[in-house]
Formats: sequence, structure tokens, C-alpha cells
Amino acid sequence: MERSIKRYLPIFVIPTMAAFAIGFIIPFIMGIWLSFCEFTTVTDATFVGISNYIKAIQDAIFLHSFWYTALFAVVSLVVINVIAFLLALALTQNMRGTNLFRTVFFMPNLIGGIVLGYIWQLIFNGILAPYGKALALNEWYGFVGLVILVAWQQIGYMMIIYIAGLQSIPGDVNEAAAIDGANGITRLFKITIPMMMPSITICTFLSITNGFKLFDQNLSLTAGEPSKLSEMMAMNIYQTFFGRVGWEGVGQAKAVIFFLIVVGIGLIQLRMTRSKEVQQ
Amino acid sequence: MKRRMMALTLSSTLALSLLAGCSGGTTGTTTSGSTTGSTSGGGDAASGSVFFLNFKPEQDAQWQELAKIYTEETGVPVTIKTAASGQYETTLKADMAKSDAPTLFQVNGPVGLAAWKDYCYDLSGTPIAGELTSEDFALMNGEEMAGIGYVLETYGIIYNKALLEQAGYTAEDITNFDSLKKVAEDITARKGELGFSAFTSAGMDGSSDWRFKTHLANMPIYYEYKADGINSTDAIKGTYLDQYRQIWDLYINNATCDPGLLSTKTGDDATAEFVTEQAVFYQNGTWAYADVAELGDENLGILPIYIGVDGEEQQGLCTGTENYWCVNKNAAPEDIQATLDFMYWCVTSETGTKAMCGGEGAMPSGAAGMGFVIPFKGNLESSNLLVNQANEYVANGYTPVSWNFSTMPSEEWKNGVGSALTTYAADQTDANWDAVVKAFVDGWATEAAAAKA
Repeated sequence: MERSIKRYLPIFVIPTMAAFAIGFIIPFIMGIWLSFCEFTTVTDATFVGISNYIKAIQDAIFLHSFWYTALFAVVSLVVINVIAFLLALALTQNMRGTNLFRTVFFMPNLIGGIVLGYIWQLIFNGILAPYGKALALNEWYGFVGLVILVAWQQIGYMMIIYIAGLQSIPGDVNEAAAIDGANGITRLFKITIPMMMPSITICTFLSITNGFKLFDQNLSLTAGEPSKLSEMMAMNIYQTFFGRVGWEGVGQAKAVIFFLIVVGIGLIQLRMTRSKEVQQ
Repeated sequence: MKRRMMALTLSSTLALSLLAGCSGGTTGTTTSGSTTGSTSGGGDAASGSVFFLNFKPEQDAQWQELAKIYTEETGVPVTIKTAASGQYETTLKADMAKSDAPTLFQVNGPVGLAAWKDYCYDLSGTPIAGELTSEDFALMNGEEMAGIGYVLETYGIIYNKALLEQAGYTAEDITNFDSLKKVAEDITARKGELGFSAFTSAGMDGSSDWRFKTHLANMPIYYEYKADGINSTDAIKGTYLDQYRQIWDLYINNATCDPGLLSTKTGDDATAEFVTEQAVFYQNGTWAYADVAELGDENLGILPIYIGVDGEEQQGLCTGTENYWCVNKNAAPEDIQATLDFMYWCVTSETGTKAMCGGEGAMPSGAAGMGFVIPFKGNLESSNLLVNQANEYVANGYTPVSWNFSTMPSEEWKNGVGSALTTYAADQTDANWDAVVKAFVDGWATEAAAAKA
């Protein structure tokens, strides 16, 4: 049995590997190479050394977008996870209609980012219009708008992961603690949360990396207005690459820098939350 | 989720390379029995094919039909692909990297050419170059003819005659900025009684902001170039920016909407306001004729954009082109020949010129034509009212304003000016206007330097 599986290994692995190589590894290596080049189209590039990187880090808007994005990632991380966790707690109690609520909270996640962005833009501008304001006039309107939008979109998704985590906690641990006299709050912090750490690791990883990589919502909600001040990193890269003649290589260099930042932050976050995970 | 994460992490590289990887080949499937009747040298056109990356979404249907007819007549396959509005550069950049790249594409003028000059076939001496009515419509890269303008367009302030009369004026009352201002402010003062505003919303949404950050911004640039006797510069001085502010103030403070809400107003909003008679004036060009035609030719007219410069009574409409055809030098010789033949056919054959210049029912299928004015000998009389009015202005001795926005240093510059205009509109202080001036003057210098680096 095992030998025959081994014999057919290439048939199962090669298509996937080929797709992965064509769709990911080759473009990735090409991308790194292109970040050292000057080019108009990606197939005909000339090597220029690290000048693209120098231009990238000298770009004030890129630095601004980094801080703006980092702040957004942190704020959205907290908002999404706290609310999703509370919702998960509420929806694992014995209440009527929990399934209905779970479905309702999850549904926004099924709508694409671009569509959401445009819909929320209408909503926010509708609310701001009587005051003579608009989203595009202030970078912080855009920031709050994005947080609300992303929270609305992602809370349901994280909630499902938390619900699965909550349901896997054995009932007897909680019961024993209750008999020992631990109240609800103590049980939440001493038992539920420590046992939920694997879910928390996943959810925080997803929301922090999503926060950094946010693109479609940003594009459709604010498009970087006013004057690129609400432009986040992914969009800044896109605009540099496609929006500016002669800056394609710089956009590429920014993409490589961006990749390193996201990987770095992701790894640090994983290590931090992993170390708190406990064995059941 | 995982797939999404990966895709986004390297979105730019990935997207491009995937596109490059997926482009299937549709090469050389031509039937051999047919010839194009071309006499000029180069490759054998009969075995070539044409791939036109079209800039104008509003004319996509006509190009598709023309392509089909051409293929039926000559057997040469013609592919037309139209980039989404505002996405031409992005699409071109991606498509040029494919093995199956466009053979015919567009640049918008000298600045666009700077990015694509290494891809432009020298058109001098080709039959289509001989059809141009003036050398001015060729886009030169040194000695080489890199591009050929294929459509002339005109813009100004389109107005609704009936509403203007209702307010007690006629177009003859408006001969300079002061009279335009008087009329507009009078209409605003009596807005409640009249039931309409002077201007449509000057929307700064991406679908409409080019009307102001590009087309309106052409006015101060035109006068500055004229005063200095130049036709492009690396450092704009902003001599006429006070006039730019005057006209912008007039537009935003006499419009259908509160100036603070401009960032939310789209191009469609402005069109709708004009067509439903909520406003008298609407800054746009000949290409918008189809959108406003339902008001009826007798109700439509077009005025020059007056900004308050001395002697502007003799100023006409803004006429020019930002649509230059370029042939891809890196295409196969037979494809280049096929492309040249196709271009020649479009501007000389009866079907081609009728489709490009005609209006209602000009296409063989009975659909409306493109309504262009083409700078070629084969140009036909237009049924576009705005085009004809533009011609009248020229015939009556008014000086047309040239399109200098093709010398604007970059899209980045336009966006900077646009954002500053939006901010200023919401809060019309001198400090905010200084930001517009800064984006205009300093931004120009920075972007011009960046483009050269």
C-alpha cells in the first residue's frame, strides 16, 4: 500500500508543485530581481543596483504609509479580536437562535472588499454630508472608516474560529473550577483564555497580516485621499508601480521591503502567542 | 484564505507574472488566399495580425465592429482590447510584457512617449503619415515619427441655451471672465426662483476630477507658455494661478452642490444634473456629445473657458489631441505591416472614415459611429454639434487654445493638484490655496526632475 503510494508520488505532487512554482516561486524570484532593475515592462529590464531601494526609503509618503498601516493593523487587531471573542462567548451560551446569529455575523465576510469599500463609502459620505464633510477630506475619517469596514467584514470570520476553540474546551475543567469556587471572570482568564491560545494565535496572525496587506478596501473606500495620506502600504506599492512612469523598479523594491516587514511581524507575533499556548 | 494571503503579499509581481504566464497565443491563423492590396515594403501583411489596445471605452463597440469587417475583407485577424477607464497605462504595462503584445497602442503626448519611446516604430514615410493634414499632429521623438494623432477633440463650457434664456441671458452676453461671473452669480442669487444652478457639480471623484486637474489646469499653463513663448517646461512659474483660482471659485460656489461634497461627486452626477436641467453650464468636451444630446441640438452650445486674462475675448475653445497611435517596434515584421495597413484602411477607406467620423447610423450595422474629427485627408463632416460649433469658432477668427496638458510632468502631478483642489474647495482659505500653488509649481519641478532621473 505504502509503496504504491510512493510510486504515484510524482503524479500527485508534480502538478501542485508546478502550479506553485509558476504562480509563486518564479514570480517571487523575478520580483526580487526586478527590484534591482529599471524597466517599463517586466520582461525587459536593466540592472541598476540598489538605487530603487534608496529611492523607496527616501519617499516620505511611503514612510507615512508605513506608520499609518502599522497603526491601522494594531487598532484593527484589537477591535476585531476583542469583539469577535466576546461574540463567540455570547454565541456559545445556551441561547435560542445562536445558529441564526452566527450566520448573520459571518455573512459580511462573503462580500468582496471592493464592493464593501464602495458601499461603505456611500454610507459614510451619507452620514458626513449634512455636516459638509466627506471621507476624502481627512485622513483620520478614512482611518476610522477603514477600521469600521474591516471590523464589520472580519469579525464574523474570527468569531467562527473562536467558537470552534471554545467548543473544544472540555467541560469538566470549567466545572471543577466552578466547584472550587472560581467565579466567571476568574474562569475566563485562568481557564478559557489560556486554553484558547491556539485560536488566538491564528486569529491575531490573520488579523495583523490582513491589516498590513489591506488593499481593495483601501482602494475603494478612500483611494488614498486626501493627497495619499490615507494610502496604506500595499496601495502605495501598487500606485508606485503602475501610477508613476519610471518608478516601476521602486515599486518593486517597496514590495520586497513590505514582504520582509510582514514576514518579520508575522513571525514575531507567532512566537509571542505560541509561547503562551498550553497543553490540554 | 491562504491563497488570498499569498496572492496579496506579492500582489504586483504575482499579478503581472501570472498574466504573462497565461497569455495564450493566437498567432498566424490567417487564411492565405487574401491580400491587403498594400504596396509598401516590409513584412508580408497577409500573414500578420493586428492587436489594438484601445484607450477609449466609449468607442469599444465601433472598433470591434470595424475589426470584424476588416477581417472579413482582408482575412487579417484584428484583435481589439479596450482598457477600462483610467486603467490604460496599467493595462498597457501588463500587456506589453506578454509574448502576444499589442501591435498598436496609444500614448497621450510627449510625457507618455517618454515612457514608451523604446517601443515606438518610426512611422515617417509610411502611407498613413502621408495622410495627415498637418505635421503638427505627428508626435516626434527626435527625427523619428513615434506617434500619429488620430482624433482631434475640443472642450469648453457646454451650456443649456433654454435655461440661459430663462435666466435672461444669451451666449452673446458672455465674452470674458467678468461677464461669465456676472451671469453665474446672478443665477446663483436667483437659484430659488429659477429652480436651477449655474454650474454642474465640479466632481472630484476619479471619474470626473480630470476635468479640473487636467483640462481646467491647461488654461493657466497655456497662457504661461504663450507669455513666455515656450511649449513645454521643467519649471512652471504659475503666473496665471490667480486666474485659475478665480475660475475654480466660480465653478464651486455657483454649483448644484456644497463645495465640501465635491470629493463624492462623480462624472455621471454632473452629466445627470446637466441633462435633467439642474444647471446651465457643464465643463466637458466634444466626446460628451452623446451623453448630453438628449437635450436637443437647439438647446446646446459650447463656450470658451474664460479665466480672466487680458484679451481673452478673442480666445476660442480648447482643441487638441492626447490620442496618438504608436506601432509596437518589437512586434513581428508581418504584424507591423498588417498594423500599418489596418491604420491606413481606417482613415482612408469609405467604411473606415465613415465609422470614425460619422454619427447616427454610420456603422455598417446601423449603430452610431465614433463621431471623431480625424486629422487626416479623409475626414468627413461631423454630425456632432459641439464639433461643428468648435469649427465655427475657428472660422470666426477665435484663437483655439492648445492642449498643453500632455506636457504635465506626470499623473502624480495631476493627482497632487487634484487633491489640493478638493481640500481647498471644502475650506476656501488662502492657506489651502497656497497648497494648490505648491502642488502646481513645486510639484511640477519635483515631478519633472523625477521623470528625468
